[in-house]
Amino acid sequence: MTGADAILRCLEAEGVEVMFGLPGGAILPLYDAMAKGTTVRHVLARHEQGAGHMAQGYARASGRVGVAVATSGPGATNLVTPIADAWMDSTPLVCITGQVRSNLIGTDAFQECDITGITIPIVKHSWLVQDVKELPEVMKAAFHVARTGRCGPVLVDVPRDIQETEFEFAYPDTVSLPGWKPPRRGHPRQITAAAQAVAAAERPILYVGGGVLNAHATEELLALAEKGRLPVVTTLMAKGAFPESHELHAGWPGMHGPKWSNYALNKADLIVAVGSRFDDRVTGKVSAFAPGATVVHLDIDAAEISKIRHADVPVVGPLKGVLAAMTEELEPGNTEPWLRQIAEWRDEFPLRYAAQEENGPLKPQRVLEMLNELTVGRDDIVFTTGVGQHQMWAMQYLQCDHPRTFVTSGGLGTMGYGVPAAVGARAARPDATVVCVDGDGCFQMTQQELATAVLEELPIVVVVVNNGYLGMVRQWQDMFFEERFSQIHLTQALPNYALLAQAYGGVGFTVENEEELRDALEQSLASGRVCVIDARVDPREHCFPMIPAGAAALDVVEFTPAVEEVSA
Amino acid sequence: MKHTLSVLVENKPGALMRVTSLFARRGFNIDSLAVGPTERHDVSRITIRVDCEGSSLEQIEKQMHKLVNVLRVQELVPGESVERELALIKVSAPPAKRAELMTLADAVGARAADVGPDSIVFELVGSPEEIDSFEELVRPHGLQELGRTGRLGLGRAAKTAKSRPQHVLA
Repeated sequence: MTGADAILRCLEAEGVEVMFGLPGGAILPLYDAMAKGTTVRHVLARHEQGAGHMAQGYARASGRVGVAVATSGPGATNLVTPIADAWMDSTPLVCITGQVRSNLIGTDAFQECDITGITIPIVKHSWLVQDVKELPEVMKAAFHVARTGRCGPVLVDVPRDIQETEFEFAYPDTVSLPGWKPPRRGHPRQITAAAQAVAAAERPILYVGGGVLNAHATEELLALAEKGRLPVVTTLMAKGAFPESHELHAGWPGMHGPKWSNYALNKADLIVAVGSRFDDRVTGKVSAFAPGATVVHLDIDAAEISKIRHADVPVVGPLKGVLAAMTEELEPGNTEPWLRQIAEWRDEFPLRYAAQEENGPLKPQRVLEMLNELTVGRDDIVFTTGVGQHQMWAMQYLQCDHPRTFVTSGGLGTMGYGVPAAVGARAARPDATVVCVDGDGCFQMTQQELATAVLEELPIVVVVVNNGYLGMVRQWQDMFFEERFSQIHLTQALPNYALLAQAYGGVGFTVENEEELRDALEQSLASGRVCVIDARVDPREHCFPMIPAGAAALDVVEFTPAVEEVSA
Repeated sequence: MKHTLSVLVENKPGALMRVTSLFARRGFNIDSLAVGPTERHDVSRITIRVDCEGSSLEQIEKQMHKLVNVLRVQELVPGESVERELALIKVSAPPAKRAELMTLADAVGARAADVGPDSIVFELVGSPEEIDSFEELVRPHGLQELGRTGRLGLGRAAKTAKSRPQHVLA
């Protein structure tokens, strides 16, 4: 068979059910092979960046490896943003790119670019296939590397002539990667030390990151928290990894986390970091972060240990086994006074925002609250978001009780992630209603993937929290640049989002008050069609609380009620 | 503080670039870099000299361990390792000065690799410090060109390379 056929047989052997891509010259043989038949579904995106984010959305909603396909040159460079995003958020992703013919490499041929060179800092590994006989081995290794150890993106670059070359195909059973040795289990002595540290602490807290989801260890996490009566804060990447309705859930730490969550994390005497990495958006000023806390750090990646914050007890290994072993060894202490303290903070510092003025514009927070009211308790809802104020409100107001139901771009902060990620998430969860909470700025970056959603029958509901501005930039200019607003006004009315939805064959709503919003949300959630709700909201709203960048986590800037307020 | 790292990598395209790009990204200046084959045809040795803090060094060692092509990372500790460098040094050598230069070279174990009408190319293998001092000795005579390979190192024969634990946390 040809190299192109072989790629498809490899994907089939890996159990891939769907790939997301867009054809072009250097990848034509692979698309020709698809036309001849494969069990792998191909979803045709409108832009390679969309294809990449779809593969990410699929991966995050399913817990499996996402696959994106693009041609050489611009096709490949359009994948760079999703690759960087997957790198920052440890999303398992296999990208397959076409490359110009082997004899043209290095000649500045049409649509040639050194994509393996460009992506070196943002992939776990990459391969430029130089001999078709290596192809099966490379594909096997690509999937293995993407999903073992700390998950992340890999890239396989296949010159067009390699795709066309005939050879004898056999898919290998094993991979030979002598330099790739992810840890297989945590050290028993370290696990014992970790369990003892938890038992000895008066104010312990589990600080949980996205690593728990990649490790498929959410049940083990729940067991540890319940046995030890340990409060749990989940980062943006871990939202949903621990049920948010659970009494032990203590919210979300970081820049826009509730004040009580940051209090809980920063006033703890023991922090157990579980697949989290002390990101600057969580810690604020590192030297002032949780000054009294001993740190136990559980992670699959040894390089995260003591990278930002010194780990007193490091445990390097797969979290599933580490958490289970820790739970077994743990002799629970009495954490009830500490839990009561956190509950007091929760009552003392609720999320607050200004009440809507009579005949005034809808408050963006209210949009998220209502979306939550209409979806809470359901296990067949998956949320995705863009990046900015709406994303932070989504974190604050949506209750996620199930793993993999909140798909967002955390580390890279990629505007435009929401819509394509929702399409990918829907491919992963055909049973679920997928709701993308987006901003008007984000939506306009990748809105063309509505066409993909309609034509591929992957319906999504997009709630555009439309304040007519690049809202988070507006907030920073307002707070830190003396209200000098610069190049942020997108306008609320252009484009007409409802008409745009219709143009793509979907359903559009424009809402300006609560009744219209409720009606539009109810219809959209029930419709099974691609829906876009243009929620016109108050552009003056800031996202609070906020820890200014570089400030100590306890120096929170809060909402100051100049007018009547609403407590959530 | 300066450190010497010895990195064994699979002899694959791009392996050197993956390693050096890690240093570049973290803002470490590479003082010297020597790459070449080892006792195994499929493995290359990269010897890197860098200036950085101990904690940054540990971080970059761990990051290197995660590269698929990297087989082993080891810091060469002074006293427990042997480090050598080769230098080629072209010095102005009018006939009247040759005898003096040859005597100097003899004294440090350098030899003339090539002799021209007005200059001599010396070759010297030694510790990087020995090469530094020979460079200073001949500089007053008119140093025309200089090339050094960068340091290359191995763990001492008495203590094999495995003697120093790598930065792998339990």
